[in-house]
Amino acid sequence: MAEHNKRIPVQHIVGFVLSLVLTLLAAWAALRSDLSTFWIITSIMILAVIQAGIQLFMFMHMTESESHNGHVPWNMMFHGFVLAAIVVAGSLFTMSFGHDHNKHQPHEQHQQQEQHQEHSSH
Amino acid sequence: MSSHELKSGPLEYRIQQGQMNILGFWIFLGAEIVLFSTLFATYAVLFGRTDEAPLPSELFEPGSVLIMTFLLLTSSFTCGIAIHEMRRGSKKGLITWMIVTLALGLGFIGLEIEEFIHYAHEGATLQSSAYWSSFFVLAGTHGLHVTLGIGWAILLLIQIAKRGLTPVTSRKFFIISLYWHFLDVVWIFLFTSIYLIGMVV
Repeated sequence: MAEHNKRIPVQHIVGFVLSLVLTLLAAWAALRSDLSTFWIITSIMILAVIQAGIQLFMFMHMTESESHNGHVPWNMMFHGFVLAAIVVAGSLFTMSFGHDHNKHQPHEQHQQQEQHQEHSSH
Repeated sequence: MSSHELKSGPLEYRIQQGQMNILGFWIFLGAEIVLFSTLFATYAVLFGRTDEAPLPSELFEPGSVLIMTFLLLTSSFTCGIAIHEMRRGSKKGLITWMIVTLALGLGFIGLEIEEFIHYAHEGATLQSSAYWSSFFVLAGTHGLHVTLGIGWAILLLIQIAKRGLTPVTSRKFFIISLYWHFLDVVWIFLFTSIYLIGMVV
């Protein structure tokens, strides 16, 4: 690849432009679009994951032939991501679902409605 | 991996010590992911528990948050350019782009402090409610990381000005570039899950 000999770092510029586009897209989806709250949260979280991938692969040299690819401990990074997902999703699941701490919050009511629907379907 | 010095490839990977240090730093970043995940989990669980304090949707402003995001994204880009210059063997290019990176990072920290002071004036402090405690701990931990990164990079710039580009100094710069990009990754999730969702819900 010999990326380090090139005068213009194409990969970095592409990554930078992509990250700006994704940020603007997420801001637009959240603030200007007519999507429902559920779809806004889903879509902007997906955009964030894509953007994190851009940082890891286009800026952080996670894959490159010059360094023989052997210096990123993929298994440990994967371990870290899985633990993070379990901690966040698990905490939300055990601490929030079905509980009724604060009736003023619309998203809580939304969750409650879902719970009621689940119960009534049994 | 071999113990002898390689003749080709990026300078920071040519000696085994460099390879091992970079590997070790990736392991540290894996632990950082888990650290931030605990703070994100706390934030997510305490979301909406604002008590008598203002709601996030009343305080968050899209303008300043977007400016902060663009500052940090751009600094991540210029940091990448700095490493690109380093690999081309340009000490001057590395120092120039790293100073640009630090200026953008300082701008980000300045805006964040201004935000926090504004929130405190509106009645949202660490003590106001469970929600705001988790907010300030999460955003503050990220801000602290950025501040530490700025101090670290300044020390490295002094070192590189004195010693030039060697396998040791280039390895240190490569590692701080990983750290800086990682902080950008964390900010993307802060921006999305705190500010965007906070403004929507």
